[in-house]
Amino acid sequence: MSDTTLHILNRGPNQTELLQHCLDAMTSGDALLLIEDGVYWSTAHFTEKLSGVDLYVLTADLEARGLKEPRGQSVDDDGFVDLTVVHSRSVSWC
Amino acid sequence: MKRFLIISRQSPYGSAAAREATELALACALFDQPVALLLLDDACYQLLPEHQPETIAQKNLSAMQQSLPLYDVDKIFVCQRSLAQRGLTLDSLSLAVTSLDTRQISALIRTYEMVINV
Repeated sequence: MSDTTLHILNRGPNQTELLQHCLDAMTSGDALLLIEDGVYWSTAHFTEKLSGVDLYVLTADLEARGLKEPRGQSVDDDGFVDLTVVHSRSVSWC
Repeated sequence: MKRFLIISRQSPYGSAAAREATELALACALFDQPVALLLLDDACYQLLPEHQPETIAQKNLSAMQQSLPLYDVDKIFVCQRSLAQRGLTLDSLSLAVTSLDTRQISALIRTYEMVINV
């Protein structure tokens, strides 16, 4: 298994610097999973900020907040677990 | 009679803050205190339509907010810059609200005796 990291972000645009720290820490092969308020970053307005990122978004948190057509790939809880298995480590940014 | 301005900066479900701000506005109205609500930053997301919070086992904040006009809380303001920074427009929101620029927000705050950040 290649040495890659799953980055998990749970804060929205009120914490712009947190997203920047997370993006700065990402390297080739890493993935970003947006959960809770992090899902706001998957809206069309922030497409450019997240361009080139291997992006996943938790469906339940999207639906709860009335968000539709997210960037990236929607995953359920099982998909969340799969991502943690595929990558060597998980880093929760909060 | 003192007039209340409640300021919220938080998203609807990331914490209890948005619900507490809404409850405070309703409580003020219930005691016939003049009250207005000002939404800044991620609080703009409180006004997105079609919340389905049952997916994360929470109560629908949007449903509660729809009752604000029924209790004569009809002064609801949002920060124009916060909307723009999130790619939101007034017509995409679930309540009729007024957007204000920073100068107007400054003027608004000066017209209230009690200003509460929740």
